[in-house]
Amino acid sequence: MILKSAEKIGVIVLGGWQTLIDGVSLLMQTLYWIFIAPFRANPELRKPIDFKAVLGQMVFMGSDSVIIVFFVTFFTGIVLAMQSAHQLSKMGGTIYVASLVTISLCRELGPVLTALVIAGRIGAAITAEISSMKVNEQIEALDTMAISPVRYLVVPKFIALFFMLPLLTVMGDLFGIIGGWVIGIFNLQINSGLYLEIAFKFLTLKDVYSGLSKAFIFAVIITMVGVYQGLKAQGGAVGVGQATTRSVVISFILVILADCLVTGIYFCSGF
Amino acid sequence: MNMEHDSVLRIRQLSKVYNGRQVLSDVSFEIKRGEVFVIMGGSGCGKSTLLRIMAGSIAPSSGEIIFDGKNIGSISGDDKDKIKKKFGMSFQSAALLDSLTVEENVSLPIKEHTRLDREVIHIITAMKLKLVGLQGFENYMPSELSGGMKKRAGLARAIALDPEIVFYDEPTAGLDPVVCAVVDQLILDLTKKLKITSVVVTHNMESVFRIADRIAMLYKGKVLQVGTVEEIRNSSNPIVQQFIKGDIEGPIQMDDKLSEAMC
Ligand SMILES: Nc1ncnc2c1ncn2[C@@H]1O[C@H](COP(=O)(O)OP(=O)(O)O)[C@@H](O)[C@H]1O
Ligand SMILES: [Mg+2]
Repeated sequence: MILKSAEKIGVIVLGGWQTLIDGVSLLMQTLYWIFIAPFRANPELRKPIDFKAVLGQMVFMGSDSVIIVFFVTFFTGIVLAMQSAHQLSKMGGTIYVASLVTISLCRELGPVLTALVIAGRIGAAITAEISSMKVNEQIEALDTMAISPVRYLVVPKFIALFFMLPLLTVMGDLFGIIGGWVIGIFNLQINSGLYLEIAFKFLTLKDVYSGLSKAFIFAVIITMVGVYQGLKAQGGAVGVGQATTRSVVISFILVILADCLVTGIYFCSGF
Repeated sequence: MNMEHDSVLRIRQLSKVYNGRQVLSDVSFEIKRGEVFVIMGGSGCGKSTLLRIMAGSIAPSSGEIIFDGKNIGSISGDDKDKIKKKFGMSFQSAALLDSLTVEENVSLPIKEHTRLDREVIHIITAMKLKLVGLQGFENYMPSELSGGMKKRAGLARAIALDPEIVFYDEPTAGLDPVVCAVVDQLILDLTKKLKITSVVVTHNMESVFRIADRIAMLYKGKVLQVGTVEEIRNSSNPIVQQFIKGDIEGPIQMDDKLSEAMC
């Protein structure tokens, strides 16, 4: 019995280790096609980045996501304002709702909520696309044509999300701040100008940077998990569904873990 | 150069193990330049695996595949890509990229691997589509094509870079008899017109005798016999005879079939 469970743990640890190695290798390949391949001396091996494909991906990722990000962050801003007003009013500091909402959104909630929304939408779409190509032999077809699936499929998505997620995060921050402001002026009867003044008075550039730096990290996590799960898929339509679910769940967990880690680093280094 | 003895691809003692299960064992044969070489055998006997190894998309567990003096099984990276560009592959499911039109699918390898002008690529693509009888379908999406048309579009893509060898995985599976004959004729035409070597995997006996110059019979991961059409027809091997005739009685047992079907 003990041996059996020890064996099981062994299998899980080895599996996790293998996943980590495969994931890092996939990331390295992606970086190779972005930073090295376009600049190789041998013209036959020099492969430029397909900026048209990158642009196409950006449009796809941005178009509907703005609406979803709006709904999630705007209402979070409202909830945050109401909850904190409840607490702060006891101390007579209702006015500080403005800065509390703004800072929590920029440092924490904006990046994390936007990343979760995008993991659910874009991460899932990436996995669905790549896994259905995998189970229909299309990935193998690319490979037999000596076209790297990483270069052809992964690089445009990687670059696009790397820039789109921080952009969407900034929008999310703003939507949330507007949500808080709506509560501030209509419900808490704070003067609009005063609200905005307090909102941005205590907001430092560091708050914004630390939030945005997270968005870049989350973008890498969402793309790599999505692509990895897609490339690993097997077994027809069922496999596509399973891979997509796994991609979203794993992205969620890793985004939260990475958030915790990065916040911890900033916290300890007094940032 | 003596055509008779000019072999393009030499397979030596090839074997492949998947998760401890031996799928191919000790496979050896040579494929001659310009011939149609057919690999036949029942489902699950390792035909697709063998084809993939020959085309360089998966590595063998042991053995050699010699092309242009290099062992495809042991090279990688840029050297392997160079060889892959000399091969074309026609997949069982055609494997066209769904998000691209027929024309974009066929021109993809040309765009990726050459620096030709847009117009030149357009002309080459049109020529390849004409060869497979798909002129006029440039702007169709793969989902708008019938099974036979998909196969032909996949074939146009396989010959886009003027390969030396084209590998076909079950080119006629799932097609009606007339379309089957059309695809077979196409394989013959392309082999002769473009002077390429064709390696065809199939279990369709009618096709085999229509197109083959030489045949290898694969059974449970081993090569039973390699020979010309005549030699295979007159084979004294009872398994080969049963397979050709499609008899129920014989050395290939039903429970073998069932256990293979379960795999
Ligand atoms: N990627 C793989 N992993 C594990 N087993 C495989 C894999 N691919 C094929 N097999 C097994 O190898 C055997 C031969 O498969 P295949 O070459 O597809 O046969 P065929 O094309 O002759 O029908 C089958 O039993 C199949 O289950
Ligand atoms: Mg097969």
